[in-house]
Amino acid sequence: MTKRWLTLIWLTLFLSWQAQAELVIEITGGSESALPIAIVPFGSEGFSAPEDISKIITNDLARSGRFAPLAKQDLISSPHQKSEINFQDWRLLRSEGLLVGKISSLDGETYNVQFQLFDVYKGQQLAGKRYQVPASGLRRLAHQIADQVYQTLTGEVGVFSTRLAFVSVIRNADGSKRFALQVSDSDGANPRTVLQSKQPILSPSWASDGERLAYVSFENGKAEVFVQEMRSGRRNSVAAFKGLNSAPAWSPDGKQLALTLSKSGNPEIYTLELATGKLTRVTHNSQAIDTEAVWMPNGKELLFTSDRGGRPQVYKIAASGGRAKRMTYEGSYNTSADVSPDGQMMTMVHSINGKFYIAVQDLNTGALLILTETGKDESPSFAPNGRMILYATEQNGKGVLAAVSVDGQIQQRLGESDRGVREPAWSPIRK
Amino acid sequence: MKLIKLAVVTSILIGLSGCSTLSGSKSDTDTMNGSDVVVEDRNAESSGMGGDSTASGSEFGEGAETQVIVGEGQYEGEGMLDDPNSPLANRIIYFEYDSSAVRAEDVATLEAHAAYLGEHINVTVRLVGHTDDRGAREYNLALGERRALAIRQILMLQGASVQQFEVTSFGEERPAVDGIDETARQQNRRVEINYIGR
Repeated sequence: MTKRWLTLIWLTLFLSWQAQAELVIEITGGSESALPIAIVPFGSEGFSAPEDISKIITNDLARSGRFAPLAKQDLISSPHQKSEINFQDWRLLRSEGLLVGKISSLDGETYNVQFQLFDVYKGQQLAGKRYQVPASGLRRLAHQIADQVYQTLTGEVGVFSTRLAFVSVIRNADGSKRFALQVSDSDGANPRTVLQSKQPILSPSWASDGERLAYVSFENGKAEVFVQEMRSGRRNSVAAFKGLNSAPAWSPDGKQLALTLSKSGNPEIYTLELATGKLTRVTHNSQAIDTEAVWMPNGKELLFTSDRGGRPQVYKIAASGGRAKRMTYEGSYNTSADVSPDGQMMTMVHSINGKFYIAVQDLNTGALLILTETGKDESPSFAPNGRMILYATEQNGKGVLAAVSVDGQIQQRLGESDRGVREPAWSPIRK
Repeated sequence: MKLIKLAVVTSILIGLSGCSTLSGSKSDTDTMNGSDVVVEDRNAESSGMGGDSTASGSEFGEGAETQVIVGEGQYEGEGMLDDPNSPLANRIIYFEYDSSAVRAEDVATLEAHAAYLGEHINVTVRLVGHTDDRGAREYNLALGERRALAIRQILMLQGASVQQFEVTSFGEERPAVDGIDETARQQNRRVEINYIGR
């Protein structure tokens, strides 16, 4: 673990947004088994492209912790296509993968981009494609190329073209606060505000289609649940009962929400069929707080937080109701569970001695692994390929987002310069 | 009743001897209705690869909230509610960490509020529960509600009736003070007793 702090890379991302929204990504740890890869800056035939595609790809791959991109000065030449590559020379660098590409534009509006990924030892092309995109699509395209490189070389799905949802908090001069629900690229760049309010916003949850967010808004003076379509901005209040309406979580098929409602006089888990408005009560423990439900990938069971045993712990229950099974026994406080896409693992907030850490637990064996060290960590959310966990923490008293690999080896921070961010949720892979 | 003592009050609410929490939360609720939520950037997700346009940049540029001052008038015979020396002026009940148990020192305050509510059945209060910053936000939302319900229960046992209450919780989202030391946290673990329309 001592090597973890040796790698300290600061990458400033250029945003076409506002100066105050500039993001800084800091990789505070790295895996020793990261795969070396050579990424040659894409050829641009003398003109300056609006986005540095190879830099975005390099940052993506480095951030995943699975790759160790070679430093620019270590690249022995600058080929942009196969005919320019001398594989003999590249083999000396001990980098198995070599990514080259070109970007060009006739009119400054539409861009032609091509990439080729080679196996240096075999001298063979592993992947290659050509694209035509508008300038505004270049960043997204770079993430897609990074996904293809990742998938080709690791055999796993890349998640660089997914998005993050989170809540930003800005403090006005008079001490009042504003809240913004934002959606950014997976690297935290290019944040778009999809909702703003003077009242708190909480618990964004992505539908599996990646097109809708459910969240809690206090805009009417109390916690109510809304569903908002990302494309149109259209939003509906889906739960505004007496008492709390909170903790929405989408079923895997996108047809139901699990929710916490206290209309019975006590917080209980319910499921809500969105098409019909049909509510089904799942928990019936009138003394305990039951909240923070998430669906198992089978769509039949829920994990949730309950203090029915005295202190908050994670339980599992059938979505149709019935007996709840306690899942966490280590530690006096386990909350905010999320389930890995394969259903084998959960992540949660695990408290020891008044400090809060992100942990993972094997759902089959019960084995627990604490992943973070900061002590004020919350709201863990699995990446859609299950490799990383996004969470909220604090740095210098301000909310920042961070991510950690499921083995705890790779840590990174996504911090905003002058506002607090919290409540992150990693989007599904866009279909 | 030991609590009945009429006080001459000229400046109401604002003059509540430093009870800024009360006037602060009043203006919050008064500006809460409807208009302060803006959905923006409707097209940001709309057109595939080229569609992620940037936001307008104006979202945090608005001015400060308008200060709303209510309760300048006086109800006949109800001056005690506005008497800074009355136990009714005490409208914040504090709690221990992760607890909704009322502390002994707050019993007298709650008795006074219960007695007042029992005698003024048309008066309603909003009980707003809050927590400190520790623990899950959603759990804290529920914990804040539990605290507010605990206060309601005590007030009802001593003469108030259920229809006189609105119960809500902001969890850890509206701290009274910023900071993560125990002094700050202690002030944030609270239920506010807000007289509605006052």
